[in-house]
Amino acid sequence: MLIEARDVPNLGFNFDLYSRNDMLTKKGLKPPGYLKTGTTIVGLIYKEGVILGADTRATAGPIVADKNCEKIHYMAPNIYCCGAGTAADTEAVTDNISSQLKLHRYHTGRESRVVTALTLLKSHLFRYQGHVSAALVLGGVDLTGPHLHTIYPHGSTDTLPFATMGSGSLAAMAIFESEYREGLTRDEGVNLVTKAICSGIFNDLGSGSNVDICVIEKGKKEYLRNHLTPNPRTYISSKGYAFSKKTEVLLTKITPLKELVDVVQVGGDGMEE
Amino acid sequence: MSIFEYNGSALVAMVGKNCFAIASDRRLGVQLQTIATDFQRIFKIHDKLFVGLSGLGSDAQTLYQRLVFRHKLYQLREERDMKPETFASLVSAMLYEKRFGPYFVQPVIAGLGEDDKPFICTMDSIGAKELAKDFVVAGTASESLYGACESMFKPDMDHEELFETISQALVSSIDRDCLSGWGGHVYIVTPTEVTERILKGRMD
Repeated sequence: MLIEARDVPNLGFNFDLYSRNDMLTKKGLKPPGYLKTGTTIVGLIYKEGVILGADTRATAGPIVADKNCEKIHYMAPNIYCCGAGTAADTEAVTDNISSQLKLHRYHTGRESRVVTALTLLKSHLFRYQGHVSAALVLGGVDLTGPHLHTIYPHGSTDTLPFATMGSGSLAAMAIFESEYREGLTRDEGVNLVTKAICSGIFNDLGSGSNVDICVIEKGKKEYLRNHLTPNPRTYISSKGYAFSKKTEVLLTKITPLKELVDVVQVGGDGMEE
Repeated sequence: MSIFEYNGSALVAMVGKNCFAIASDRRLGVQLQTIATDFQRIFKIHDKLFVGLSGLGSDAQTLYQRLVFRHKLYQLREERDMKPETFASLVSAMLYEKRFGPYFVQPVIAGLGEDDKPFICTMDSIGAKELAKDFVVAGTASESLYGACESMFKPDMDHEELFETISQALVSSIDRDCLSGWGGHVYIVTPTEVTERILKGRMD
């Protein structure tokens, strides 16, 4: 019954344009750069759960493309994942595995476990041999307790009490290595994560703007979007920009939009079988 | 030379008070030779949703045809127009599907969503969405556009002021880019009407 349209997509990647693009590259045309998330992403385990942190800068080469993007992605009500690397890859892979987790929750009737998300992510990334360039910090709390993992683009994983990824990872790890200890309280943990992200924001050129935090405990989570904004724009002129000369217009065409008409049925029933 | 610099383009969209504006240049070139001065880069999907496609001209037109197809199917099934947020997800999914052999296109999507709230968004060529609350830019003139918009933009402008701002930002950025130009094409969309204007610019 469905139209046999090749445009309605099947699952997975479509390699139709690969040979054309390869031909263009051989002719000397440089392939495009993708939006990267430069990034400082961190996670740590504290007394009651997991705290994830991320900066909010997205870069396209040396240009800041997005000053306030979201790098902490939702995976399940009790699991969140920070992503560094190619922005499209981190978004797509976390969205995909998040849907798979939801279907799994419907199937089993149970809360998702962090190791499930971990295995789904690492298998996906390994299958694509590192070409899906996503470096992730996965954290959550399930019935077995709090968990924190790092996942590399080729599919290897580590399980750690504190972790950093991205171009600002060295700056953030310096803070963690000097100040982390086990059994931190919530406020101490949030302050430490904020300090680590700030270290990345101010010292790494690929990271910047604001600090996002996500605190996950057993049974509840708090997503603190823009928890700290240490880089506000303070130089805006209150008068704004005054244009002395108006733009020259060659042609103007105004199209009024149609009004929506309410259809009222007068008497009688609708369609009868 | 990069594949995005083959045809040249400049695209910008801005949010105003209950309205939005989307503007593009009009040049189509083959590297440094200009072959058309009235090239359409901004397309209407439905009355309150516009999409601008910068980058390689042929991929832009092909992608536009595919998007119109998908939207028409959606209209037949759902008996209504697509919301801009939904459309952005659709474009993102279509671009990511071609992750390892992408369309050389950077779309700019602008529309009025529920309650006529303006929505703008741009993506890179593999579908990484960038939702902005103020302005989005794309094309070879994007670096100049970033600077011009950053300084000229004010929040909550009405449609007259928005038109002036987006036109000045577009024209001044195009003047600093060899590959885009030959005037500008600006659409201002409010809940009641769509105003399409052609701007006079430097013809070089």
